[in-house]
Formats: sequence, C-alpha cells, structure tokens
Amino acid sequence: MIRYLVRRLLQGVLTFFGATFVVYALMFANQDNPLQALAGERPISENVRQALTERYHLDEPFIIQYGYYMQGLFQGDFGTSLTGREISELLENAWPNTARLAVMAVIFAALIGIVAGVVAGIRRASIFDHTTLIITLVLISIPIVVLAPLMQLFFGVELRWFPATAGANPTFYALMLPAMVLGAGSLATYSRLTRTSVVENLRADYVRTAKAKGLTRNRVIGVHVLRNSLIPVITYIGVDLGGLMAGAIVTEGVFNIPGVGSQLFRGITTEDGPLVVGFVSILVIIFILANLIVDLLYAVLDPRIRYE
Amino acid sequence: MQVRRFAALAALPVVTSLGLVACGQGGDEASESNPSAIVSIEIAEPQHLVPTNTNETSGSQVLAALFAPLVSYDEANKPVEDAAESISSTDNTVWTIKLKDGYTFHNNEKVTADSYINAWNYGAYAPNAQGNSYFFEKIAGYADLQSTDPDDDGPQKAPAPKANKLSGLAKVDDLTFTVTLSAPYVDFKTMLGYTAFYPLPAAAFSSEGVLAEGYEEAPIGNGAFKMNGTWQHDAKIEVAVYDGFPGEKPKIAGVEFRIYQQLTAAYADVQSDNLDVLRTIPTENITTAPTDLGDRYATSPASTFQFLAFPTFQPDFAKPEVRKAISMAIDRDEIIKSVFKNSQQSARSFVSPVVGGYREDTCGASCQFNAANAKTAYTAAGGPATIKISYNGDGGHKDWVDATCNQLKTNLGIQCTGVAEPKFADLLSKVEKKQDVGMFRMGWVMDYPSMENYLGPIFTTKGSSNYYGYSNPEFDALVAEGTKAADEEAAIAKYQAAEDILAVDMPVIPLRFGQNNFGYSTKVRNVDLDLFQRIDLHKIEAVS
Repeated sequence: MIRYLVRRLLQGVLTFFGATFVVYALMFANQDNPLQALAGERPISENVRQALTERYHLDEPFIIQYGYYMQGLFQGDFGTSLTGREISELLENAWPNTARLAVMAVIFAALIGIVAGVVAGIRRASIFDHTTLIITLVLISIPIVVLAPLMQLFFGVELRWFPATAGANPTFYALMLPAMVLGAGSLATYSRLTRTSVVENLRADYVRTAKAKGLTRNRVIGVHVLRNSLIPVITYIGVDLGGLMAGAIVTEGVFNIPGVGSQLFRGITTEDGPLVVGFVSILVIIFILANLIVDLLYAVLDPRIRYE
Repeated sequence: MQVRRFAALAALPVVTSLGLVACGQGGDEASESNPSAIVSIEIAEPQHLVPTNTNETSGSQVLAALFAPLVSYDEANKPVEDAAESISSTDNTVWTIKLKDGYTFHNNEKVTADSYINAWNYGAYAPNAQGNSYFFEKIAGYADLQSTDPDDDGPQKAPAPKANKLSGLAKVDDLTFTVTLSAPYVDFKTMLGYTAFYPLPAAAFSSEGVLAEGYEEAPIGNGAFKMNGTWQHDAKIEVAVYDGFPGEKPKIAGVEFRIYQQLTAAYADVQSDNLDVLRTIPTENITTAPTDLGDRYATSPASTFQFLAFPTFQPDFAKPEVRKAISMAIDRDEIIKSVFKNSQQSARSFVSPVVGGYREDTCGASCQFNAANAKTAYTAAGGPATIKISYNGDGGHKDWVDATCNQLKTNLGIQCTGVAEPKFADLLSKVEKKQDVGMFRMGWVMDYPSMENYLGPIFTTKGSSNYYGYSNPEFDALVAEGTKAADEEAAIAKYQAAEDILAVDMPVIPLRFGQNNFGYSTKVRNVDLDLFQRIDLHKIEAVS
C-alpha cells in the first residue's frame, strides 16, 4: 500500500510538471500581445510597454519565462499577475469559494442522484423509474450555459426564492442555487449509473445467496447491493470533479462568485500566463488528489481489491 | 482489514478539510434609509487605483468618488473649476492653477500645489510605467523623463531617464502652481478633468517618487468619499462620506462598489433589487430592458465613436472614391434598428456630438445611404470585387459586421466576408504588420471633451491610434494650428476645417455614436451617467 501511494505521488509530480509546462507553452504560443490584451482597446505608450515588458520578462523566449516561473515556485512564490497582484493571494481568495461550490454540488448531486438511482433500480419499470429517466435525460441534455441563466432568471429574479447572485463571501443559502445548477448534470449521470449498477447487482449470485440465507431485504440492499453498486459511481465522482471545475467557469460567471473559474477566465482573456498557470497547477493537484482518494476508497468498498 | 483502515485514514483528512472549507462565513447588512443609505454600484475589478495608472471605467468610477478633479464639466461639457479656484493663461503656454483653500486629503493632510506636482511627476516618469503617462506629454520637460532602449528590444536595458521631474511644473505658493507647456495648447484646461490629473497626498509616497506599498489598496484622496476599509479584490470596494470635504455634499452616506465578473449577473441583481445601479445593460438584455426595468432603464449620451477603417496603404482602398462609395452603400439606420435596437445613433460626422464644435452631417453625401449612386461610383472608381471586414470576435461585433457585409453585397454587387480575429490586440498587430485584413472595425472613447481628442489621435499622421496609415499634411497642420489657437472658438474653427478635409479624403467610415444604457433598482433615484460612464455620486439619492 505504501509503495502504491509513493508511486502514485511520484506520478503526480510528473503530471504536475508536464501539465504546467504544456499550459505555459500553450499560453505562450497564444500570446500575441498580453499588454495590449490587458489594456483592451486603448493604445499603450511605448515607454509603458517597455517598462512592463522588462518587468514581466515578456521579451524573453518561452523556456526562460517558464524557468523564471518554476524558480519562483520552488521558493514558494507563485509570481505576480500582469495587473501586479500576487497570484498566491488570488489563489487564496478564489479557492475557498470554488471548493465550497464544488463540494456542495457533489453532495447535492450524489445525495439525490444516488437515492433516485437506487430507488429506480429496485423498482425497475415503475412510474418512478420512468419519471427519473425522463428528468435525468432532460438535465443531461441542457448545457450548463443555458441552465445557469435560466435557473437564475426563474428562481432568482422571478420567484426570488434565492438571491440572484451569490457575490464574494457567499452564504450557504446564496450558494445553493449555483451548486444545484452546477451539480445538475452530474446528478443525472450519478442516478443513471447507480440505477444500472443496482439492477445488475440485484441479479448477482451473492445477492441470491444473501436472500437465501434469510437476511432482511434492508440488509441485502443496504450492505450487499449498495456497497457494490457504489464502486462505479464513486469512480465517476472522482473524475467528475474535473468536470465540475470546468462547469464552475460558467456557473461562477453567471452567479458572480469570485472563484477559480472566473479568475481563469480572466487570465485567459488577458493572456496572463502566470495567472493561468498558477491556477491550472492547483487544478492539476486537485485532480491528482481526487483520483488518489477514489483509488483508496475502492479498497474500503471492495475487499477484493488489494494493492501491492 | 489493515489495508482498509489505512485507506480510510488516508482519505479522511482530505475529505474533512474540503468539508470544513464548505462551511464558511456569511452575514449581510440590513438596508438603511435615506440619506444615511449606502448605494451599491456595479463595477468590474479595477486594474489599478492610482490616478495616473487608471484608464478603464471601473477604476475611474471608484477614483471619481475618492478624488475631486481640478475641473468638472457643465451641461454643455465645458470645463468649470471644481477643486481649482481658477485656471488661467494668457498665451495658452503658461497656465496658472490656483487651488481652493480648505481641501484636505482623507488623512487630514492639506491639499497643496506640491500634491499635484508630485503626483504628476510620478505619472510622467517612464520607469513607473503609468498607463496615463501620455497625458503629461504636453508639459515641458516630458521628453527628459523618458528613455529609449538603445537596441530597441533587449538585451540591453534602457538607461534611466535624464530627469525625474517635469521642468514645466513650478510651485508659486502653497495653493498656486504654474504649468508650462512645450507648445501652446488651448484645450489644456479641458484636459485637467481627466483622472490622470488628480493630486496625491504625501502619504502616498514612501520616499520621493516612490509610491508607497499598499497605497493602491486604500487610496487616500481629496474627494467627497473616503475609503471604508480596503479594496476587497474581486468582491467590493466601500467608500463613506468624508466629513472634511468642503465641496458639495453627497445625498447618500456611502457607496458600495460591487465587483462583477459578468454584466449579466449584475443585470439579474438589478432586476431583483439586489443591486442599485448597473452602468451598462448587457447586450443580451438590451431588447428586454425597457420592459424589465420600465422607467428605471435610462440612456444618456456617450462619447464612443465606432467606425470602419480602411488600410489606406493597400492599393484596393487607396482611392477616396472607392471609400466614399462603400460608405454610401451602408444603410446605418437600418443596422442600428435591426442589430442595436436603437441603442446607438447613426454617425455622419467624424467627431462625437458630445464635444463643442460638433456639426451634423459633416461627412456629406458620402454618408447618406444611396444604393444606386454607390454602385455607379464604385464601378467607376474600380473598387475591389471582394472585400473583407475584420473585427475582434470577443467584442460582440459579429452581427453588425455581417449586416454591413450583406448590405455591401446587395448594394455594390461584390463579395464581402466578415473575418473574426480572436482579440482586438490580434487585429491591431496584424494591421501594424500591414497584413491583408481588409477593412477593419475601430472604436474611440474620448479622454476629455474636445474635438482635438478625436481628430488628433485617430487621424493625424502621428496619432496614437492611427493604424490605417492616413496622412494628410494639410490636415495635420490644421489640427496643430487648432491646438495653438488663441481661444476655444478660434480652435474650433481650425478643427472644423480639418474635419472638412476628412470628408474629402474619407480615411474611415463613420458608423455609430454610442449611448450609455443603464438601469437602476427601485431603491434609488436621480441616477445620472456622465460622458465617462461614471455615475454622478453627488446627484444620486436613496429612496427610503
């Protein structure tokens, strides 16, 4: 197990460097004129351009810029964005909001999705099953760019059940609507996945055995069916975290949550290399960690899975 | 069993820490009543909050609350003294600025001539890389504060400039200073209303010419509002009424500038009374805004000027006759109606209606839609059979460019395609390299209300935004004479003569003049947006 962990962590380090390198290279390749991008449509005077170019090493080739960045990183310095703000400070402010949003979305989606999936799986071909099928199909087919403003208009502006936007330092209540929007797509997938898995496991030999032993229905479903059915779902949740971060770019914009998504969006539009790489680095770390946790949870759920 | 327990332990801390993060802080302030009310205004995250480095509308909106300008503009957009007692000159070269007594910075420091001199020197000094440094260009000694890179592009660094103080600034006494320009300039007083010319307190500098670390987080100004706490990045900036302000008192207790990433989010907030003022209605909502907001949807004149530029260096567009024919084939009113839902106005002049000296239809027949004449003229002049119109894809220009192209196709019988470049910067760098971009879209927002602010940068040979290679010595001379004219009227006469040359040469096609479209909640009234897209914080009132 320890060896496995170490191996995974080393892989993570490699992934980290590879990913930041690629992102930095992509940013650089796309970089035409970051100072102009920052200034918008105004002309920049030559003197200002010169001074800023020197300050941010914009005239150096990409590999040296990357070198400067990595050098800083090893000294615990994430660098400064092109607007002169510390990226570590930006990260510090942005992460809590996004993490809260993503966790709420996952919890919301998992809770409802899994329960609906289990019930639909047990009562296959019932009205409940068909209804969830239709609802989940609708949810999956609406892209988040459509769903988010729609929900905002309906529940935020028209009905006023929730605040229309969450803003900085949002309350739990204010984050509910964005989290539901963000989790909607995942919810549908979780529920479909759970349902299939439950249906399959209900027919499994060990379930028949358990029933034959005279265990109660609750115990059969709760312990034997559910635990095994959750394995594919949990795998998916881990991978899905990445998708949630991507969805956060839209959701955070619509609901005005200053988080990772909105910072990344701004970094990309202003060709702010250090800013984008800083945020992507952390995203990579989250991805690696999430997948690690998923792999470890396998062992908890399924004793047959053993790691060398 | 061993394995399972370890796995659970390894997973636990990460999961719980994520969970802990999920439980955060909250709290909202209750709404108060008039006139102790706090009004919330939408802004985007400002790039900077130093007067000499702020040139976007969000930052200027915040600074407008914190600072009092030397001059402000009256109904006719003429400059009137504000923090200044008088601004006078006999020859338009040496200007004497007398300050009103009694103004203090928010840290009780007295506003003196030095507050201005130090701030302007800081702004003009090239190594400080201030975005507004070009505003000090006209002051004597500016060139000595600049330096050029000896080999243009690394590896040698540019040497330090010769001087770090503008020789044109001189203190007379505590409340008086003189500004000597390198050449007479009639509009100098008008310029002084711009953000770049605010004063800075001694507390802003850690040592001479060095801005104190952290000043930008809580700028100290001389205006009607002072910072309430510090700049909360990506969240909000709060200001409260400054009791020591000798000028006109605002009718509210403070302002919360709320930072939005997207205008659509702010629009939803205004609709649900969560936000008081939205300075720009997002394009997506412009059609529904009048019904959504009713009489809380308002418009006011803006200084923006949108036009199509010709790469005059390309043989295809070298002839003015071709350019005029294209202009004549565009039905501006139709596009404004169908694409912009009447949220802008047709432009048939080369300067905006908001400046003194504006005349209607200076462009003449070339800007009047006439399909038949356009086609005859175009064929006679031998215009190109295919045209491209380039634009930046991130600015919502596709619709009107496509509409324009369709009109050209129908009316001139040519091929026309709209070409999107990802960003405006990409478009500009292609134009600078003289690559074939065809016609391209351009826009202009003025810095101060003067015809010169349009004619100079966009059309003179050395203009900072003249990307299309237009050059006419006669035009340059007229603009230069205008700036040196004895008074405003004489200047305007020269500028208008220059504008007439543009109508003959037609280097660009004027298309539209902008309009501010803004909205507000049911909790405020007397909301007014000025030419710089700033809410008038002295006028706005809260409804209790």
